[in-house]
Amino acid sequence: MAYKKRLDGRKPGELRPITAKAGVIDRADGSAYFKIGNTAAYATVYGPRELHPRFLRNPKKGLLRCEYRMMPFSGMGDRVRPGYNRRSKEISMVTEKALSPVVDLSDFPNSVVDVFIDLPETDAGSRCAGICAASIALADAGIPMKDLVVALAAGKVDDMVLVDPNYDEEAYDAEVADIPIAVIPSTNEISLLQMDGIIKKTDLKKAMKLGLKATDKIYKIQRAALKDKYKGGKK
Amino acid sequence: METVVPGEVLAEGMDYLPSFGTYRQKDKIVASRLGLVRVDGRVIKLIPLAGAYLPKKNDRIIAKVSDIAISGWRFDINSAYGAMLSTKEATSEYIRRGADLTRWFNVGDYVVTKITNVTSQNLVDLTMKGRGLKKIVGGRIIKINCTKVPRVIGKKGSMISMIKDKTGCSIIIGQNGFVWIKGKADGELKATKAIKMIEEKSHVKGLTDKVNKFLGSDK
Repeated sequence: MAYKKRLDGRKPGELRPITAKAGVIDRADGSAYFKIGNTAAYATVYGPRELHPRFLRNPKKGLLRCEYRMMPFSGMGDRVRPGYNRRSKEISMVTEKALSPVVDLSDFPNSVVDVFIDLPETDAGSRCAGICAASIALADAGIPMKDLVVALAAGKVDDMVLVDPNYDEEAYDAEVADIPIAVIPSTNEISLLQMDGIIKKTDLKKAMKLGLKATDKIYKIQRAALKDKYKGGKK
Repeated sequence: METVVPGEVLAEGMDYLPSFGTYRQKDKIVASRLGLVRVDGRVIKLIPLAGAYLPKKNDRIIAKVSDIAISGWRFDINSAYGAMLSTKEATSEYIRRGADLTRWFNVGDYVVTKITNVTSQNLVDLTMKGRGLKKIVGGRIIKINCTKVPRVIGKKGSMISMIKDKTGCSIIIGQNGFVWIKGKADGELKATKAIKMIEEKSHVKGLTDKVNKFLGSDK
């Protein structure tokens, strides 16, 4: 059974519907909500603030610390046990590495900026949604940064190269590849590239090209989310 | 003025100069913070809309005693960094070594103070010597974002003096975003609401009129 048409009827290069909002959590220094299809992420930013434990302190620049966590009810079936597990630790780490090239914490030595990413519902592409939300939240917190970071997944299901696969596509009974990508739009640098599955070299190139083409749309939505917060009159 | 987000290109070509909150990327000038942008001659200026307080020399701030050390006090200054006040800088009277420092300031007290020095590692020194620098007694302390402090004060203090007049409160604003309000209970409440309103709508045009209307509705 060849995969000719996507399960939800999208075109290969089409993203799921996106909503984004900045400043959704009052008590945080910066926050954002990012939803793509049925995957939603809340990102909250605290700091720059005093860093504990002390041995992590860097007298040259501040530290960026990310934490990715799925909420207990966010999974497809079983309850997700809260707390660290191998997967969430990995994703926290890659999120940190995806964001750190843009944030500039040289003005804040010995301090930390904490980013918490919480996912109330997930349907594939959660680390990408998390990174998108986190970069809006960091900007909302007034952290100096070169640019926002845009993340999305590209992939291949059977013979079709596509972007932003959902869970049903990732679980499709054929050769499937899932490639999360994070891009810094102003320089076109890639700050995250992972892959899960099987794909040919030529198809990988095709998938990346298709993915990079779709980043523009997300970037626009991220910027609009930040500007929306300060709508209602220019000074 | 226009709201800009990090990564947004503000100007192209070498005719313009980047300043605080912006950087040059080849021939472009790009925003590195969320803020409002203004062109001043050749310089592109960015006024941040959010961000944490970074201690600066000669800032008058409101600080809270967080700890007492051997010969001074540690303060929480609403920033990633603490601040130190030595006994020498605290009062004009002589404080003997080993004296009980809680006699002057105890943990939890608030003071109006001034920053005398900030090092490259953001170690902060304070002084209590100067006009209007004192321990705070009574009233209430509220916290606002330090980027909104100039807006709450207004041009030549227009906004803050209006709030003072209409509510009958005495108000001191620290550059770090701590605000001390003292007056009658209902006046304090009203002033708090007005300041919170300014903080929320700081980017809106004609805010002074709006605040005036809010304060004037029932005095």
